[in-house]
Amino acid sequence: MSSELKTKLAFAMVAGLLLIIGFSQSWSVALGIFNLCLISAVMALGVNIQWGYAGLLNVGIMGFAALGGMAAVLVSQAPVAAAWEAGWAKLALAAIFFLATVIGTRLCYRKMSPGRHRTLSMTAIIILGLIMVRYWLDPAVASIEAIESAKTGFLGGMGLPIIFSWIFGGFVAAGIAWVVGKVALGLRADYLAIATLGISEIIIAVMKNEDWLTRGVKNVTGLSRPVPYEINLQTTEWFINLVSWWHSGTLSALSKTDQAGVLKQAVIESSSIFVKLCYTGLFASVLIIVLLLSVKALNSPWGRMMRAIRDNEIAAGAMGKDVTRRHLEVFIIGSAVVGVAGAMLTTLDGQFTPTSYQPLRYTFLIWVMVIVGGSGNNMGSVLGGFLIWIIWIEAEPVGVWLMQFGTSWMDEGNSLRIHLIDNAQHMRLFFMGLVLLLVLRFSPGGILPEVVRRRS
Amino acid sequence: MEAIIDITNAIVLILNYIIVPGLSYGSQLALGALGITIIFGILRFANFAHGDTMAFGTMVTILVTWWLQSKGVSLGPLPTALLALPVGIVFTIGIMVATDKLVYKHYRRHKSAPVTFMIASMGVMFMMNGIVRFIIGPNDQRFLDGERFIVRARDFKVSTGLSEGLSIKVSQGLTIVIAVLLVLALFWFLQRTRTGKAMRAYSDNEDLALLSGVDPDRVVLVTWILAGILATIAGTLYGLDKSFKPFTYLQLLLPMFAAAIVGGIGNPIGAILGGYVIAFSEVMVTYAYKKVFIYLLPSSLEPSGLMQLLSTDYKFAVSFIILVLVLLVKPTGILKGKVI
Repeated sequence: MSSELKTKLAFAMVAGLLLIIGFSQSWSVALGIFNLCLISAVMALGVNIQWGYAGLLNVGIMGFAALGGMAAVLVSQAPVAAAWEAGWAKLALAAIFFLATVIGTRLCYRKMSPGRHRTLSMTAIIILGLIMVRYWLDPAVASIEAIESAKTGFLGGMGLPIIFSWIFGGFVAAGIAWVVGKVALGLRADYLAIATLGISEIIIAVMKNEDWLTRGVKNVTGLSRPVPYEINLQTTEWFINLVSWWHSGTLSALSKTDQAGVLKQAVIESSSIFVKLCYTGLFASVLIIVLLLSVKALNSPWGRMMRAIRDNEIAAGAMGKDVTRRHLEVFIIGSAVVGVAGAMLTTLDGQFTPTSYQPLRYTFLIWVMVIVGGSGNNMGSVLGGFLIWIIWIEAEPVGVWLMQFGTSWMDEGNSLRIHLIDNAQHMRLFFMGLVLLLVLRFSPGGILPEVVRRRS
Repeated sequence: MEAIIDITNAIVLILNYIIVPGLSYGSQLALGALGITIIFGILRFANFAHGDTMAFGTMVTILVTWWLQSKGVSLGPLPTALLALPVGIVFTIGIMVATDKLVYKHYRRHKSAPVTFMIASMGVMFMMNGIVRFIIGPNDQRFLDGERFIVRARDFKVSTGLSEGLSIKVSQGLTIVIAVLLVLALFWFLQRTRTGKAMRAYSDNEDLALLSGVDPDRVVLVTWILAGILATIAGTLYGLDKSFKPFTYLQLLLPMFAAAIVGGIGNPIGAILGGYVIAFSEVMVTYAYKKVFIYLLPSSLEPSGLMQLLSTDYKFAVSFIILVLVLLVKPTGILKGKVI
């Protein structure tokens, strides 16, 4: 089977699955799943850029997704003027001391010759710097968090439309990726995996605890939306007209008195679908842009170089390619894409909850998407994002249904039956692992493997 | 006299809040890291499923403990879980050997890259996590019974007349004793027995070991058995000391990796050392030293803040900062890694 046909078939299958969900559950559910599929696909593309193109094992996806989410808060929330007033000077001083510490340590590392003197002076600079930072930061944090801590208690954001956060989120993730990459990219594959896993936990820990920046575990809810609110739509004239036109067939068959009630119900239902469709349009545009750019990049000389480095680092190095630099480059680009997806996710949720970031969902699930879809193949990652997200969501109702069916011979009140049905939702983790292992074993390239073109 | 009492009080404070918790948590980490390091030494990959293997073993132990408790069996002052532990170990070994046959063996035969093993272990992690949550649920489970304390804070205060109390939980004492015994047994096995020597040879140089007639299947099997024993005991001790929650065990993976790498991955002594280094730094960096300073310094110099380096919430972050530092400064770890 040609790879193109296989791609089409695979996507037709995904479309079929979504249609089945639409018909059997509801179109609103199907659209909701589709929106998250789109975001997952963008995230999987980001991981594919790192793993599929360059063979970098980044197990810190969660951290970069969370950075994107934080960006959504920092862009869209209104600035808290009182908090800025109370804390900006001390905060600025803390930032200056922090920068000074970093630059000082770096200078020390560069200029002094290796040995005990260098180690000692670096340690001294770091300890002194940290004391100075803490000296200014602690009171700044205290005064910022004291201001209406129940309502704000943080600096707030820039008060811009949230959609800008999708770009900003990419830049924030890229910036942190630069730092992380500088530190960790020299490591061997398995060490890099463990180091990135740890760094992502540190990022989450910072977000949970630095209340002045992100409100921490108090969460930021009620983020602004890039699309209209259902409640406003339901009273907008053009929307009601649109719905009554759409349903004109069914409406005209009803009596005048019933019409108003049915129309009202239809407007409520349609408003939620309309909002979801707006999101779909936005997310799909982002996915298409990222996908087009990825395909272009992979097929460009840059992409060839990346694959060459991935397949044989030493040979590529001998050919004069700067492996470390290219790795850093691809690490930053991939993380930025994950950051964009993270910002989109928080936008869709309408809230930023640092505690909700868990590695199984935000790191390992994305990895399953990339491996199952096909690493090194952009369409494969998109497919993986779609398919795995559908399985992830649908495994729950299907699992519960299967359990109910399988235990139907037992008593209603049988405690084993109740336990099985109650816990059936956790089987989706089991299925994810199973799918990953099966694909890895029997089709190591994924469903849509990388297309290797040879000069004929 | 006053000064001596103050100093004793400060020492008791440090014992109570740093030394005792650090020792028991360090022992738990060390046992977990030993499992990771042995798998790395022999099979040469970082096993992401180790945390969930611990959870699995602990879960079986808990279920058997509950069954024993319902039958009225108890160990008196010691927790009943100790009786259930062998069953947990057997089940864990069973599932590990089965996983090896079904998953890893294929990649070993094809001489796949370590990265492939690692990704496969992520799949195993998912499945194991799913099984544990399916059987016992995602919530907190307590299964500690018997005596709670070896030394109670109040009794200690009464008998010594100090104003600070020292409390040692049974679970903490047990952890330290069992960890020491287990480590001694493990080293005896690795150093003295034929199989242990074969394992060390295999870890050092696979080809040479094979040429010398070491049976690779046997080495791998024994590796999984050892890892199963270590994981179950580490998990159960942690569960007795804190509480059992599947998600916590996934989180433990990070400090355990850190311990194994900081000590020098593949090196069992390093794993133990790493476990204590990580545990003590987590405890020390996040402890508020205010009271200690109040005892030690004259009242005019009394500190105003909590004297805490980092807030307690950064506990997990500490292990990673150490990990990253070690990876940067001395990637082979404190003791030279990659030998067993």
